[in-house]
Order: sequence, then C-alpha cells, then structure tokens
Amino acid sequence: MISLDQHLPALQVIVPMLSAPLVMLLKPSGLARAAATAASLFAFFVAIAMTIGVLDGNTYTYRMGSWPAPYGIELAVDRFSALLLLIVTGASTLALLAGRRSVDSDIDESRQPLFYAAWLLALAGLVGIPLSADAFNIFVFMEISSLASYVIIAGGADRRALPAVFKYLIMGTVGATFYLIGIGLIYLMTGTLNLADMELRIHEVADEAPILVAAGFITIGLALKAAIFPLHVWLPNAYTYAPNPVTVFLAACSTKVSLYLLLRFDFFVFQGNLVNHDIQFTWFLMPLAVLAILIASGVALFEQNIKRLLAYSSIAQIGYILLGASFVTLAGLTASTVHLFNHALAKGALFLAVGCLATQVAGMRLADLGGIAKRMPWTAAAFIVAGFSLIGIPGTAGFISKWYLITAALEHGTLGIALVAVLVISSLMAVVYIWRIVEAIYFAEPAADLSAIREAPRMMLLVTWIAALANLYFGLVPEVPATLAASAADTLLEHLP
Amino acid sequence: MELLGLFYYWVFAIVLMIGFYAVIAKRNLIKKLIGLSIFQAAVFLLYITMGKVEGGTAPIFQDGVTLYSNPLPQVLILTAIVVGISTTALGLGIVVRIKEEYGSIEEDEIQQRDRQ
Repeated sequence: MISLDQHLPALQVIVPMLSAPLVMLLKPSGLARAAATAASLFAFFVAIAMTIGVLDGNTYTYRMGSWPAPYGIELAVDRFSALLLLIVTGASTLALLAGRRSVDSDIDESRQPLFYAAWLLALAGLVGIPLSADAFNIFVFMEISSLASYVIIAGGADRRALPAVFKYLIMGTVGATFYLIGIGLIYLMTGTLNLADMELRIHEVADEAPILVAAGFITIGLALKAAIFPLHVWLPNAYTYAPNPVTVFLAACSTKVSLYLLLRFDFFVFQGNLVNHDIQFTWFLMPLAVLAILIASGVALFEQNIKRLLAYSSIAQIGYILLGASFVTLAGLTASTVHLFNHALAKGALFLAVGCLATQVAGMRLADLGGIAKRMPWTAAAFIVAGFSLIGIPGTAGFISKWYLITAALEHGTLGIALVAVLVISSLMAVVYIWRIVEAIYFAEPAADLSAIREAPRMMLLVTWIAALANLYFGLVPEVPATLAASAADTLLEHLP
Repeated sequence: MELLGLFYYWVFAIVLMIGFYAVIAKRNLIKKLIGLSIFQAAVFLLYITMGKVEGGTAPIFQDGVTLYSNPLPQVLILTAIVVGISTTALGLGIVVRIKEEYGSIEEDEIQQRDRQ
C-alpha cells in the first residue's frame, strides 16, 4: 500500500522545485505570488507533518528511484533535519505572505514571476540540504539555493545590491568549491558519497593525509557559506541591500542551513573517526566564535543603518551557535541547536518589522526613523518584542537559548566562567544596539514631516505579529524546539567513541 | 618517483592556486570571474583523475575487457560543470548590470562611486 506519509521527504523538495517553472509562466504577477505562497505553504505543512512524525519516534528515509543506499541517493529526515526544515519553510512562507508591498515597490511587475520562481528554487535548495543523505547531492542543492539567492538579493532597488551580490557570489562559490574538493578527497579514499556509509568506512583510512585535508576544506568551505567570523564579509551588504522579504527569508535560514551541514558533517563523519578531532574542533572554532560575538556586536553598536545593524547582530548570533557546538558536549550542542531555531524566530520577526517600516519610510538609517513609533505603534511594539527576544529577556525564546548556552558553558570550569562573561557582555551590547533603535523610533525628534505616514498594510502587520508572538510562545512553552534540539544533539554525539 | 606519481595532483593544486590568486588579487570583476572558472576547473581535473584506472577502458560492457575506469566521478563532475557554467553566467550577468549602474567594472572605482 502506498501511503502519502512515506513520500513526504520527496514532496518536501519536489513541490517547490517543480512549482518554480510554473510560477515563472504565470501572469499577472498576483497569480505568480499566490502560487509561490501556496507552494511554500504546502512545504511548510509537509515540514510540520514530518516534525510530528519524528517527535513520535519515526525516522523518514526515501530512496530516490528505489535505488538502495549507498548506491542510490537517499533522503533522510531525523529530528535535527526536521528542525531545520521547519525553520526554512516557515521563514519562506511568512516572508512571502508579508512581502507583497515590498516586492511591488522593488521589482517591476513584469519581472515578478521570475523573482518568485527564483525564490522557490532557493527554497527547494535550502530544504534539500537538510533532507539529503548524499554528500554530492547536498553540494548540488547548495548551489541551487545559492544561485537562486544571488538572483533574489540582486532584486534590491538600491544599486549597491549588485556589488554586494557579486561579492557573495565569489565567496559563496569559493566556499562551495572547497566543499566539493573535500567531498572529492573523501570519495577518493572511501569510494562512497552516502554520509552514513562514509561514516562506517572512513575510520579505516582516518589517519591518511587526504582525509585530514578533506576535513579542513569542508570546514572552511562551509564556514564561508555560514558567514563564520572572519569569513563573514559578504553578509552585511547582502542583507542590507536585498529586498526586505528576501532579507527575512535568508537571514532566518540560509546561514543556519550551512551551520547545520557543518555540524552534521563534522559530528557524523569526522568526530568519531579522526584522532583528536574534537580538540582541534574546539580550539579552532571557539576563539572564532568569541571573536564573532564580541567584534560583530561591537560593530552593531556604531552602525547607523538598521538593516546593517541587524546583519552584524546576525554574525554575532552565528558566533553563539558555534560556541555551543565547540564545547562538543550534549548540553553545548543542545544549546546551539535551540539557538538555531530561536535566532531564526527573533531575527525573522525583527526583519519583518523592518519591512513594515520600509513600506512607509525611504531610508533605513536611524536618523530617518525619528519618532516613527507614534505613527506606527503596532510595528514598533512588534519590533520591541522581537528585540527582547534577541537580547534574551526572560519570557522570550532568546532567553531559552541563552540559558542553555550558559548552562553548557558552566560545565567547563574557569574557561566556562570566562565564556559566560563574554555572553553577558555581548547581551549587554545587544541591549544597547536594540535600545538605539527603540530610542530613535520612540523618542527622537522626527527628521521630516510624519503626517503622511500610516501603519503598515494589515497583512504585513499580522504576519509580523505572528512572528513576534511566536517568540513569546516558544519562550514560555519551549518543549518542541527543546525536545528536537536535545535529541538532535543526541544523534550527533552518538557517533563519538 | 613519488613526485612524478603524484603529477596529476600537482597539476590540480597549481591550477587551483592560479585561479584562487586571480579571484583574490584582481580588481577587475571579469578577471575575478575568469579566476573563479579556473579555480573550478581545477576541481574538475581532480575528480576526473581519480576515476581513471590504469589500463582501464570506458565502462561499456564488451567481450574480452575486464578492466574499466570508474564512471561515477565523471558523472559527478558533469553536474559540477553545469553548476560552474551557471555560476559564471550569473556572475557575468551581474557584471553587466554593475556596468549599467556604475559605468565601470573596476572594484575600486565602484567603491569610490558609492562613497560619493
């Protein structure tokens, strides 16, 4: 008997991918938007269905074309990938629902079907990475998502989007090519591309030089894609000049997916097999994480453009995720996986609120936004809720991940205490940079006449508030992400000796 | 001869570094993209070399032949070549748009024009 349930992994990626060419042909653009939103919503429901499935203890595997692994390409969903699928499809759906006004103002009517088609391809690529259990297949999905994201970022109205995209294209391609070299070297030594099979075979050749080189290439390549400090330079401009819905979508999930892959690869394939890999992993990534947290938060303190300010804050938050992982403990990995989810919520909601502001004001500099809260009270309030979550005020989702991180750090004695100090300092910095925005929108004198400004379109406001309330909900009832994260951490660590 | 035995890998490494150098050091956007293409081509070489079995022939079943080269890396790299072409095409497309907006494809001039 064929049940729909077992085909969910394939539907997850195939629906957005095959909708893309259809959407491209649809006219008028309203129809294209509706079709793209429907496809993304469908993918979101599939992700929810699979999350419920994995919470019940199922795991999904799907053999493409019925070829058995390791010869065929296998799709596999466990709790870690389910969490990522939820983030990616959720962010895409919310951004599409809210994005109408911004897309209309940034992109020609005639080109909008193409824009939505590229969006769906980016979505298909991003869900493909957590789904696939085949290293080369993952590379292909990675490139599909990257090429499509370059296109949608370049849709930004500001001409500075173009050099930003060019930089992203160069760095992204170098990153993906490094990953490809790593995969090639592993294939050379083990003769397999299936991740599970690779894990079994790699320990026979684990001390050979090509494997070590492969580990290096893969780590650096994915670090480039994930914007890990100091390989983050493509990120601020790409986020700043992209159309607002694109910023919501990509800020919430594109770097997260690369981080997922980094963790999956490192813990699944290398960690249990390479000698001293855990120590190298910790001492390579922990300093980078601390530097990312401190320096990027520091830059955000002085940034004038709020989109760029939030982009720098994203780099700092990537540091948090990395810091948790660099402990190589259960608590640390749980913290970092929970933060993957919570940061996507907080940053998604913040960029949605920024999108609302952008429908009414042209500039995104602090000076342009003076006193705007009086005219847009709902947007401003949603911004504050999401900002609290970013800072980590108790009762919001951000607090949960900070709490997990601090608990994980305290397992490490003196070093842990120093790291907690870093976390506290950076949280204070977050208070300051969020406060700078709040001060501008609530208390600053308006730079221009505000009388023409009214509240953002209702649909957009509704979506922004859904995202903001999700921050509160998952702050008060953190069971779902916490359970998923804890068992994801468990899966990652069970390969350790 | 260790060095000669690894000849193919030396070629891979050198071509890779030539491409990488161009990506980093050149300020002209087209030259950067050329560098990127060379960089990717080096990886194609790596994959194609590893599939070759000495004395092996094309993997087509026929009488009297028992030794075949591994076709999988070639298939993989066919996909990677397609990815490489799309990246280059998209990159060139962006360069055209940059030229339209800024009137230049030199990185420093573009930065200078943004500062004004």
